[in-house]
Amino acid sequence: MDADRYHLALTELLMQLADDDLVVATRAGEWLGLAPHLEEDVAFSSIAQDEMGHAATYFTLLATIHGGDRDDLAHLRPALARRNSVMLERPNGRGTYRDTPHFDWAYALARHFFYDTLEMARLDRLVQSAHRPLAEAAAKIRREERYHNQHHSMWLRDIARSGPDVGRRVELALDRAAADAVDLASAGPMAAEMETFGLLPDASHLTDDWRARVAQALDPLGWALPPLRGTLNGRHGEHTQDLTQLLQDLGEVYRSSPGASW
Amino acid sequence: MNPDVEERTQEFLTHLDDGCLVEADHWMPEAYRAELVRLIRLHAVSEIMGTLPEKEWVPRAPTLYRKLALMAKVQDEAGHGQLLIRVAEDLMAPRGQNREHIMADLFAGRQKFHNVFHLPVPTWADAGLIGWLVDGAAIITQGMLLGGSYAPYTRALRRIVEEEAFHIQHGESICMALAEGTAGQRAMFQDALTRWWPALMMFFGPPEDGAARSAVPGAAHTSHQAANLRFRIRTKSNEELRQRYLSKYVPRIRSLGFVIPDPTLQQDSETKAWTYQQPDWDEWRAIIANHGPRSAARLNLRRTSYAEGQWVRDVMAGTRKAV
Repeated sequence: MDADRYHLALTELLMQLADDDLVVATRAGEWLGLAPHLEEDVAFSSIAQDEMGHAATYFTLLATIHGGDRDDLAHLRPALARRNSVMLERPNGRGTYRDTPHFDWAYALARHFFYDTLEMARLDRLVQSAHRPLAEAAAKIRREERYHNQHHSMWLRDIARSGPDVGRRVELALDRAAADAVDLASAGPMAAEMETFGLLPDASHLTDDWRARVAQALDPLGWALPPLRGTLNGRHGEHTQDLTQLLQDLGEVYRSSPGASW
Repeated sequence: MNPDVEERTQEFLTHLDDGCLVEADHWMPEAYRAELVRLIRLHAVSEIMGTLPEKEWVPRAPTLYRKLALMAKVQDEAGHGQLLIRVAEDLMAPRGQNREHIMADLFAGRQKFHNVFHLPVPTWADAGLIGWLVDGAAIITQGMLLGGSYAPYTRALRRIVEEEAFHIQHGESICMALAEGTAGQRAMFQDALTRWWPALMMFFGPPEDGAARSAVPGAAHTSHQAANLRFRIRTKSNEELRQRYLSKYVPRIRSLGFVIPDPTLQQDSETKAWTYQQPDWDEWRAIIANHGPRSAARLNLRRTSYAEGQWVRDVMAGTRKAV
């Protein structure tokens, strides 16, 4: 039935949006207090907060459509029910935020550059979404995302000017991010329905659009988009142990006392 | 002292007594500069190291709203560190020093930070307690420093104190949810309070007289307090601040039905002065000398991330030169 397919496609779409932002915000939040210098700590934290705020918006929309509580949806769903891209769940580097964080700033930049570029491509479509509450949320979110793009572009430009040794770091980081990004610009198994129902207009060209935007930013700096790889597809609920670990952290307190108010 | 400098110093002190403010480019006695640098470096580094205990709880904060609020709070602390380190850098410039020297001193164990940031944060209640009761203590100290004589510091403090007021609301809101929650949630907060109470009593530093001074006869460690009072960098003693803190927070904690782990704690009905169990000031000295339970781990976090970020700072320094 069309109504059922519509509902399913909308649920899938909102889960992709909510899970992407929750996971990327959590990884970005792990950088708090650990960024390469103080000014950047403050700037990157603003980005992490924006993403977490967007996650809260999408989970609220999801709760309306799917039923249930937004914090239950954010904290209790197991890894196989998650729809985020695998690239976003990867750790920031060796070590953890609680012990000897050998975090890789070049990787953080590469990952956020890929992701923010996707977000702009997606939001440019979502502002036209047939689901009005989503279109309205997207218009608001898009205004903030512009600043994220400026932030990463500035860094990439500064690094590109800093000589081959530093540039090489970013090339390697772009390659590492691309190694898990085969699912990133995909709208998942219900992409066709999302397009047909107008939920995510022009979903079929999302990947091409993303590639073109990435190329447009990297070309002038002398870099190219590395081949996208990955055997897991997060849009199908396929994930790594990294996500399982992240979800354990994420829900540790929330799960400790079901039904309690925090 | 050179007679000329002596005269200028007398003039400077008279100036301070008249309530005048000092700016970064004014002449100041070296002793005044040294006390300011010491105090503001301590404050800046405490803000920077103070991001680490709470950030441990950002991913684990129980709801999306709490995650967001805690991120914003930790970001504020980093922002305060940034603001203060610039004030310190201006004062250190005549010595040819900047924030890199501060970080090098921190890693070498020559730069202290506040006792509370050397301690473990084992539960969510500890994270809430820091916001409510540690920031509550900080705002009492900082509120007092607002009346200080060095204008660049007091300008930074005005903004910091405004933000700290939000932090206390944030921390109080977490603690209230626990206080009004399940038996398990209440027990979590009581455990955190029991754990943190001695550290909260240590927060303001030793009293001018009494336990600390008698513990180490002839020690000069309280002389900074006296110098800062003379220079009007600070306007109240450690003990005056602690008394104010007790008056503000003891009734609130007790009204929620929690037990403060000090059976001797009481307020004189006439003088309103609190008597309380002196914390172990030797332990306090050990903690701020980086022998606290989490000192090494927190310094390791800072040292590792600082080393990993060196190439990024080099890029920034290079592009700044190029532009």
